[in-house]
Amino acid sequence: MPFIPHTESDVREMLDAIGADSVEALFDEIPSALRVDGLRGVPPAMSEMEVTRLMEARAGEDATCLNFIGAGAYEHHIPAAVWQIATRGEFYSAYTPYQAEASQGTLQLIYEYQTMMSRLTGLPMSNASLYDGASALAEAVLMAVRANRKSKARKVLMPTSVHPAYRAVTRSIVGSQGIDLVEVPFDRASGRVDVASLSGFEGGDVTALVIPQPNFFGVMEEVDALTDWAHANGAQAIGVVNPVSLALLKAPGEWGAKGADMVVGEGQPLGAPLSSGGPYFGFMCCRKEHVRQMPGRVVGRTQDADGREGFVLTLQAREQHIRRSKATSNICTNQGLVVTAATIHMALLGPEGLERVAGTCMNNTAALVEKLKAKGFEVAFSGERFHEAAIRLGADAEQVMQRMADEGVLGGYPLGRDDPDLKDVLLLCVTETKTEADLDAYVEALETAVSSVR
Amino acid sequence: MLIFELSRPGRRATSQAPLAAPAAPAVPERFRRGSRVPLPEVSELDVVRHYTRLSQKNFSIDTHFYPLGSCTMKYNPRASNTLAMLPGFLRRHPYAPDQASQGFMACMYELQEMLMDVTGMKRVSLTPMAGAQGEFAGVAMIRAYHRSRGDEARTEIIVPDAAHGTNPATATMCGYTVREIPTDADGDVNMEALKEAVGPTTAGIMLTNPSTVGVFERRIKEIAEVVHDAGGLLYYDGANLNAILGKVRPGDMGFDVIHMNLHKTFSTPHGGGGPGAGAVGVSERLRPFVPVPVVDKQGDAYRWLTDKDLPESIGRLSAFAGNAGVLLRAYVYMRLLGREGMPRVADFSTLNANYVMARLKAKGFDLAFPNRRATHEFIVTLRRQAKENGVTAMDVAKRLLDYGFHAPTTYFPLLVPECLLLEPTETESKETLDAFVEAMGQILDEARNDPDTVKGAPYTQPNRRFDEVRAAKELDVAWSGSIREASVG
Repeated sequence: MPFIPHTESDVREMLDAIGADSVEALFDEIPSALRVDGLRGVPPAMSEMEVTRLMEARAGEDATCLNFIGAGAYEHHIPAAVWQIATRGEFYSAYTPYQAEASQGTLQLIYEYQTMMSRLTGLPMSNASLYDGASALAEAVLMAVRANRKSKARKVLMPTSVHPAYRAVTRSIVGSQGIDLVEVPFDRASGRVDVASLSGFEGGDVTALVIPQPNFFGVMEEVDALTDWAHANGAQAIGVVNPVSLALLKAPGEWGAKGADMVVGEGQPLGAPLSSGGPYFGFMCCRKEHVRQMPGRVVGRTQDADGREGFVLTLQAREQHIRRSKATSNICTNQGLVVTAATIHMALLGPEGLERVAGTCMNNTAALVEKLKAKGFEVAFSGERFHEAAIRLGADAEQVMQRMADEGVLGGYPLGRDDPDLKDVLLLCVTETKTEADLDAYVEALETAVSSVR
Repeated sequence: MLIFELSRPGRRATSQAPLAAPAAPAVPERFRRGSRVPLPEVSELDVVRHYTRLSQKNFSIDTHFYPLGSCTMKYNPRASNTLAMLPGFLRRHPYAPDQASQGFMACMYELQEMLMDVTGMKRVSLTPMAGAQGEFAGVAMIRAYHRSRGDEARTEIIVPDAAHGTNPATATMCGYTVREIPTDADGDVNMEALKEAVGPTTAGIMLTNPSTVGVFERRIKEIAEVVHDAGGLLYYDGANLNAILGKVRPGDMGFDVIHMNLHKTFSTPHGGGGPGAGAVGVSERLRPFVPVPVVDKQGDAYRWLTDKDLPESIGRLSAFAGNAGVLLRAYVYMRLLGREGMPRVADFSTLNANYVMARLKAKGFDLAFPNRRATHEFIVTLRRQAKENGVTAMDVAKRLLDYGFHAPTTYFPLLVPECLLLEPTETESKETLDAFVEAMGQILDEARNDPDTVKGAPYTQPNRRFDEVRAAKELDVAWSGSIREASVG
């Protein structure tokens, strides 16, 4: 019996101790009319060898393509040590560290993670992570509404240059909490929000402004001006950032005169494989004064009965198991194992390694853009870019992407999926994983696909 | 020692990043970072040794018995991990087109189908990333259902007082007010209170069955009738699904929506606090509302259904399609167990719980519900020891660490004073359970004869008990020491 150690004599002795005739008798409180007679929808058991064959075949079916899709999930090299250590049983099969004395490994690691995230973002307080970048944004919107006590409007401005899936998730999660999410259009020429376009909201009550950096199109937003605009109008500034980009880009804590109030983002680029979209982790950092409004677990350093230093989960009075219906959030998880990987990943890369990765991504993207320009393709937006670029194809981007996939190249994300005015625009991403030859292969595949579609 | 304290200027794990420093990227001045991110500068061996040593300060299922009630800390099969981490799965981009994703999608489709059969529900969505998000999805669907019928008067969710804290927190998040109803002395929902609570403002009820007090809700059919007759829906919190796997199905009990904790029942790892997976299943009338995406099969091909196919969906809960890697682990587990393995999970988790309960009772412990059959978990109350010897549930929990056992769940459910909630799971052997019972017996002796020893525990861990008040008051969540900072080069 898979994973059940009982021998027949064990079962007999245990039933004797209980005073029951059979295992079946232990279910005598369940009304017999409710009992199910077998599960026909579940196939019969397989051996580990058989399941291995099945899974290898399934994984092999998904042919390895040369990937140039980013759009919120980024292919980076992950050092071998990262997942070898993260999947050690002591991390992999540990529970949430509620028993602090028996969980110092996980707790210290999270404290180190919080320190790293705080240093990346320039904001002093970090939680132990949330589910993913999109749900972290939804939580940040809720947090901003709690934190901005002067604002009564519960109105949050959401630029359409924010990832469309993040906007959708935020709508799903905050939708029934009486929050007015107002979409703000981006400037079609630059591909970023024009601060002047916010003037219609001046003088009104705005609770928060969401500021993506880089935005969904890979374009850098005018974060200083947007942050200052938010503060001048009594709004909280919520940053949504790519953590790898922060090796090069200004830390959100330094945006504008006062810095962003809170920042969230997708942690996946820090050591999580693409893995069909998860598990990833969302990170969240904030100013000191807002820490009690922050959702999710937080680890703090303290002392034990002998005065020795150690780590515990702290600020639990915010959480659902204490506050129940008055909790800051119903969240009772952090993506612990992925955070374990991310912490090891950041430690291995170090300050210079992370900067090399970010710089190589940015340069590789610029190099591919130059190659495409030389072939007559145009970049859709004029704003400066990090490691993604929106390319105008003069052909239906969805069809082009499909054709390229047939040739083993994942060409990018067709922007027409979310914006009918961008049907001929493909959003591509080049990370440090791509070589000069890969870029040439991309150009060739794109040209072939475009000419076959046109 | 923190990883930061190992840092030495100029030390690197060189081969992890691109070998050549890139030409200075063209970041305009106004966007540029001023100084390098002050991450630690350490070698690969430093990192490997540091985190390996940290791991050794953890209790885990792979090293210790974890009788943690409500958490289902069973063995996490290694095959689930290895097979979910096959390169083809790890490299798949979430936006890879369907034609390049059929292998992964086949696994997800079959997982949906198996979970439907196990729960007796009519559609499953795998996208919620944890139990609490599954709960959110479930209550949001209840809300969407009432709204779609123009029934706006339903503003209340009924929650038994024994419920998990996430239940009332979730109901509030979905814009409902929470109405608590009491639990009977024998652990069942109080029917009179329920009948009094339901009415035209009832949106639904959230229940766990077996309940959080470790007993099967015997009058579940009657509860379902009362709630349905009042126009409300029934929400099943799948926290305790392990106890009834392959024996009874929530759909057959009358539930309209369920979330499953795949990290409990289907043995995906807890990972020190996540990631989990909180798939939801629904009855016929909630089918249009499930969160997207879900996998559909048309002929031999799999495709994603999005909100374009399911316009009444409550929407998206994750940027992509949930915790795919966790879902693959659950899929492998279910294929290894197969249809014959499912009911064995219920059989042996129930056998183990009843065995430990009988033996602890014989050792002199008090049971919270002494006249009931245990399901896969049960409650010991230390009210008597607290009164007589000043030894609390927390003290016993901490003392167990010294005996090499993880503590049971303490102080939950809230309605039983000084309680320990114990769930041994089916993967533990009789020898392990016996050793645990002996340790508990010794602690009980200590509580009588040497209570201070118990109150001061633990003694064998890297730390003694912590000053939690200090942690919250003198908040220190990030190291403030400095390591060399250089300008971006």
